[in-house]
Amino acid sequence: MAMTIQRNLIALAVAGSLAAAAAAPALAAEAAPPPPRVSWSFSGPFGKFDQGQLQRGFKVYREVCASCHSLSFVAFRNLADPGGLGYSAAQATAVAAEYQIQDLDDAGQPVERPGRLADYFPKPFPNALAAAAANGGVAPPDLSTMAKARTYERGFPWFVFDMFTQYQEQGPDYIHALLLGYRDPPPEGFKLPPGAHYNEYFSGHAIAMPNPMSDGQVTYDDGSPATAAQYAKDVTAFMMWAAEPHMMARKRIGLQVMIFLIVLAGLMYFTKKKIWHQVERPREIAAGQDPDKTTI
Amino acid sequence: MSGHATYQPQSGFMKWMERRLPIGGLIHSSFVVYPTPRNLNYLWTFGGILSMMLAIQIITGIVLTMHYTPHVDLAFKSVEGIMRDVNYGWLMRYLHANGAAMFFFAVYIHIFRGLYYGSYKEPREVLWILGVIIYLLMMATGFMGYVLVWGQMSFWAATVITNLFSAIPGVGEAIVTWLWGGYAVGNPTLNRFYSLHFLLPFVIAGVVVLHVWALHVAGQNNPTGIEPKSDKDTVPFTPYATMKDGFFMVCFLLLYCWFVFYMPNFLGHADNYIPANPAVTPAHIVPEWYYLPFYAILRAIPDKLMGVVAMVAAILVLAFVPWLDTSKVKSARYRPLFKQFFWLFVAVCIGLGWLGAKPAEGIYVVLSQIFTVYYFAFFLVIMPLLGIFEKTKPLPNSISESVLDAKA
Repeated sequence: MAMTIQRNLIALAVAGSLAAAAAAPALAAEAAPPPPRVSWSFSGPFGKFDQGQLQRGFKVYREVCASCHSLSFVAFRNLADPGGLGYSAAQATAVAAEYQIQDLDDAGQPVERPGRLADYFPKPFPNALAAAAANGGVAPPDLSTMAKARTYERGFPWFVFDMFTQYQEQGPDYIHALLLGYRDPPPEGFKLPPGAHYNEYFSGHAIAMPNPMSDGQVTYDDGSPATAAQYAKDVTAFMMWAAEPHMMARKRIGLQVMIFLIVLAGLMYFTKKKIWHQVERPREIAAGQDPDKTTI
Repeated sequence: MSGHATYQPQSGFMKWMERRLPIGGLIHSSFVVYPTPRNLNYLWTFGGILSMMLAIQIITGIVLTMHYTPHVDLAFKSVEGIMRDVNYGWLMRYLHANGAAMFFFAVYIHIFRGLYYGSYKEPREVLWILGVIIYLLMMATGFMGYVLVWGQMSFWAATVITNLFSAIPGVGEAIVTWLWGGYAVGNPTLNRFYSLHFLLPFVIAGVVVLHVWALHVAGQNNPTGIEPKSDKDTVPFTPYATMKDGFFMVCFLLLYCWFVFYMPNFLGHADNYIPANPAVTPAHIVPEWYYLPFYAILRAIPDKLMGVVAMVAAILVLAFVPWLDTSKVKSARYRPLFKQFFWLFVAVCIGLGWLGAKPAEGIYVVLSQIFTVYYFAFFLVIMPLLGIFEKTKPLPNSISESVLDAKA
C-alpha cells in the first residue's frame, strides 16, 4: 500500500499536481539510500551555530533559493537576533532596505516600499497557485521549517541509540544530500518523466526541482571555497537556523538545567537515604541484630 | 489501619481555621501521617510523578493558549510565532509537547506496575477503574492536542481517527459529520478540539482527585501484595514517601529535560512541520508513539468495524481486570507462572508499538495479528485460568517479615 502511495505521489509530482514536493518528505524517503552523515557545528549538547557559515548560507539562499522558495516565518529583524547570523541592527536594516515590500499607502493604494526590520522576507510568488504555475505545477515549499520537516527513517535499533547520542540532524543531512544528489544523466534503465530531474536521495528519485547548485555560482566574501559542496552545507546550516532560531539558547539553558537537576538529585538521594536509614537499618540487620532492639 | 498521629493545629490561625474548614487536618492526614507500606519500591513513585506531569501540562498549556490561534489559516503560524517570537515560547511548547510523551511514558509504567503487583484487586477495584478512566481521558486529550499544531500529521491523524467512527453501522457517517462539524476535517473541527483540549485536563484533574481519594481509603498496595497488619508495616507519608517521591521526580525531570533541551523533536514527526494540506496525503500516517500498540491492533484486523471494536476493546478490557484475574494472590512475586506471562505481555505491547509504526503489509500484519491474539488472551484466557491452575509460592506473614527476610 505504501508503495502505491509513493508511486502515486511521484505521479502527482510529475503530472503537476499541487505541492507534491511539499508532501514527498519524511518517511517517504525510505526508498532512497540513507544520506551520509555530515559533521555539523550545531550537533550535540554543546553545538553552536557557526556565524560565518550562517551568513554564507544566507547569501546562498538570497542568490539561489529565494527566486523560488519563500521563507515566510523569518523577519529581517531576525538577522540581528542573538544566537544567529550575528548581524548588527544596522546591517539587518540595510539588508531589509534592499528588498521591495508590497504595502498600501495612506490613500489605500498599493505601493512598493523598501523593507524594514519588522517586515518578513517577501515571497517570490504572490500565491501558491502562481508558484505552482511558474514551476511546472509544483509549488516550491517554504523553507522556514524545512530543516525540521524532512527526515529519513533510522529504523530499529538505530533510533534507540540516537536517544543517547542525541543524533537528530536527519533533516539537515537529508537536505544536504539532496542538494548534492543530482545525477545527470540518470542511471541506465531509469525512466525519468518529462520535466523531472534524477536525484539519488529523493523518494522515487524523480524530483521537480532542477539541480540548484553549481561551482562558482555564488561569490563568498570570506574566502571560503566557492563550490557546490560548500554551498549545500552552508545553506543547510542556514535552514537549520531558520527552523530553530533559539537553538543556542535552548542548549545553553539546557546545560544549566541539567547541572542543577543532577546536583539536586544527588542531595535528594542522600537526604532520602538518611531518612530511610531509620526504617531500613541495613547495617544492624547485616550484623545479625534485631533492628527493633537497636538504637540509632 | 490507624494513623501514626492525629493533627494538632499549632498556630492560633490554624486552630481558628480547623473549627471552620479542617483543611489543615485533611492535608495532615492525607499527606503527612498517611501510612504507606514500608516496602514500597521506586515504581510506587510514579503516582507522584504523574501528578507533577499533569501540573506541568496544565501550566505550560495555559501559557500556550495565550498565544495560540485556533483557526485553520493561523494555527500553524501561531505555533511558529510561539516558537520564534514569544519569550521562552519555544521552552513552553517543547515542555508541553515532550511533557505529553513523558506523561504517557510514566502512565505506562504506572499501569504495568499495577498489573504486576495486582494493585487492581479487592479492595482497589474502583481505584483501578478510575485509573482506566484517567487513561482514556489522557488519550483523548493527547490526540486533540496533537491536532492543534495543524501540521500535516495533525490533519491526517484527525482525519483517520475521526473516520473510525464511520465504521459504526447505520449512523457512522452521520456521527463523523457531527464530529467534524462539516463534511471534512476543517475549522469547526479544530475549534472544538481546542475547546475540549482545554477542558479535558481539568476533568482529568477531577478524576485524579477521586483516584487519590480511593487510594487513601483502600491504602496503597505494596510489592508483597499483603495488606499492612500493624504500624510496624508502615511508615508515615512524610518524610518517607515525600522524600522518596521527590528524589525520583527529580530523576524523571532529568530524563524529561534531556528531550526538551537536547532533542525536542525526536519523539514527534517531521511531517508535522509541514502546514496541514488537505490535498496531499503523507506517505505514512502514523500516530504518536504512545498510541502505536492500539493502532497496530486496529490495523491487524482486515475488517474496519471489527478493527475499531478490537482497538476499543483493547483499552476497555483493562476495566474488567479486577474480575478477570481470579487469583487470590496479588503480587507476581509469588506467582511464578503469571510473572512469565506478564513479561511476555510487556514484550507483546512493545512489539505492537513497533508494528504500529510499520506499514500495514506482509509480515507486519501477520505479526500484529499474532500479538493481538496474545494481548487479548492474556486478559481473557490466561488471567482467569491462572487463578485456578497456578501453584503460588507461600506468602510471608507480614510486610515487615518479608523485609527482614530479604535483608537477612
